[in-house]
Amino acid sequence: MTKLCHGVGVFVDALWGQEYNERRCLPMYEFVQHLHVQSGKENTNVMKGNSYYARRIHSLLGVIPLSLFIISHMLTNFAAVEGGPERFNSAVSLINSLPMVWLVELVFIFLPLLFHGIYGLYIAYQSNSNTGQFSYGRNWAFTMQRITGVITFIFIVWHVYQTRFQVAIGEVSHEELGGVMHLISVNTVFFVLYTIGVIAAVFHFANGMWAFLVSWGITVGPRAQRISSYVWMVVFVIVTAMFMMSLAAFRGDEFKEAAAALDIIRHV
Amino acid sequence: MADAAVANKTVKLEITRQDKPDSQPYTETFEIPYRANMNVISALMEIQRNPTTAGGQSTSPVCWDSNCLEEVCGACSMLVNGKPRQACTALIDKLEQPIKLAPMKTFPIVRDLIVNRERMFGALKRVKAWIPIDGTYDLGPGPRMNEAKRQWAYELSKCMTCGVCLEACPNVNDRTSFIGPAALSQVRLFNAHPTGEMNKDERLETLMSDGGIEGCGNSQNCVRACPKGIPLTTSIAALNKDTTKHMFKKWLGM
Repeated sequence: MTKLCHGVGVFVDALWGQEYNERRCLPMYEFVQHLHVQSGKENTNVMKGNSYYARRIHSLLGVIPLSLFIISHMLTNFAAVEGGPERFNSAVSLINSLPMVWLVELVFIFLPLLFHGIYGLYIAYQSNSNTGQFSYGRNWAFTMQRITGVITFIFIVWHVYQTRFQVAIGEVSHEELGGVMHLISVNTVFFVLYTIGVIAAVFHFANGMWAFLVSWGITVGPRAQRISSYVWMVVFVIVTAMFMMSLAAFRGDEFKEAAAALDIIRHV
Repeated sequence: MADAAVANKTVKLEITRQDKPDSQPYTETFEIPYRANMNVISALMEIQRNPTTAGGQSTSPVCWDSNCLEEVCGACSMLVNGKPRQACTALIDKLEQPIKLAPMKTFPIVRDLIVNRERMFGALKRVKAWIPIDGTYDLGPGPRMNEAKRQWAYELSKCMTCGVCLEACPNVNDRTSFIGPAALSQVRLFNAHPTGEMNKDERLETLMSDGGIEGCGNSQNCVRACPKGIPLTTSIAALNKDTTKHMFKKWLGM
């Protein structure tokens, strides 16, 4: 038998006050296995299920399709800045001309949004906030990611109710959405709430992209992570500005006419 | 004597105490004579010699845990003025008074400033933070380690399981089973070792189970709090990369 096994055997015998016997090398192996099993056991009561894949799906859905959606949404809205109701309506109808648009909406928007939102609420519930004790930028971003996630989820539910849901129940048509947005954006309370919602959503998107790159092992070192944070900070500013410009454009007189036919106030 | 020169100078400490693991915590204030070059441990020793509160009331001496007194053993971790750190390297001259001492909240309290860090050792066992060399015959020497790799791996080996990173992490709490940054970084260390690498996949799979690497939320407090300056967030991101690769390889049956 090996020197090592002998050594361990002598050590164990010294503990047990027994003489070492070479034939006990096999039980020795079992004893070590037993220790391994024991060491694993103390964690099994809290380690149930597997959240690795759930968390990875949560992370991936945040990029594909949700981040892509927020960018496409921003570009559609920005048509209102560039060309008023006409360009905005043609951008909206472009999306609605996609084949099987309801399936695209369901599979690439609503289902991912529900999973990301609901699992995200669970992630937020699981975390503490210790920005008082550790007021570092990244720790603030960690806490803000969770706060903005909750705000964004509530905002999206409300915003979908005001717009897409009203189309779904036949109260307004896709062509009238510009008018709906006009009525929302001229209401001061709604404008403030939309501003908060937009800033929260875009922060969650930009900081989430930073975290995605870390969580999938793309930005590993501190320099890569720092540069990434600058890049996403710039993205945050640009995307927020473009959303806000669109929101301001909806307040304009051009959209007033589109809203004239609507009596949307009762819905919102 | 040197002591005479500072005879009137005192050090004020506010200590969060707890008599039993399940009893209520309370605070006691102590005022002890100042000596040059004191640290938190020597201040606690002074209280031990004369366990009297600032109000003049006799009390039980404050219990704490310490061993090496040179920041390599990890035993004396506690909250010093709200920040988790080693009491032995917390110099009185550099601290704002009154110095607030409290046990770390993440761990079960044994008594006063003593906590039970067993969950960390459990985590090391769970991720198999060792190199298995047991066999039925002499396996001979293992492969040599690349020198450049050895240099960064050495930094990871400085971990003393002190628990400061777990205390700083907002995701290590009683609502998660996250094992914390220290054990994750040890996986990177043992996966980097040429012999330890032979069990790389096994360790990665443990990190891909509940309480593993998914528990990290990137607050990056750990790397700022670590008294040994271990690049914990780099370790975590590198392991994110390794688990991602492992996941795809497994799916593709590679």
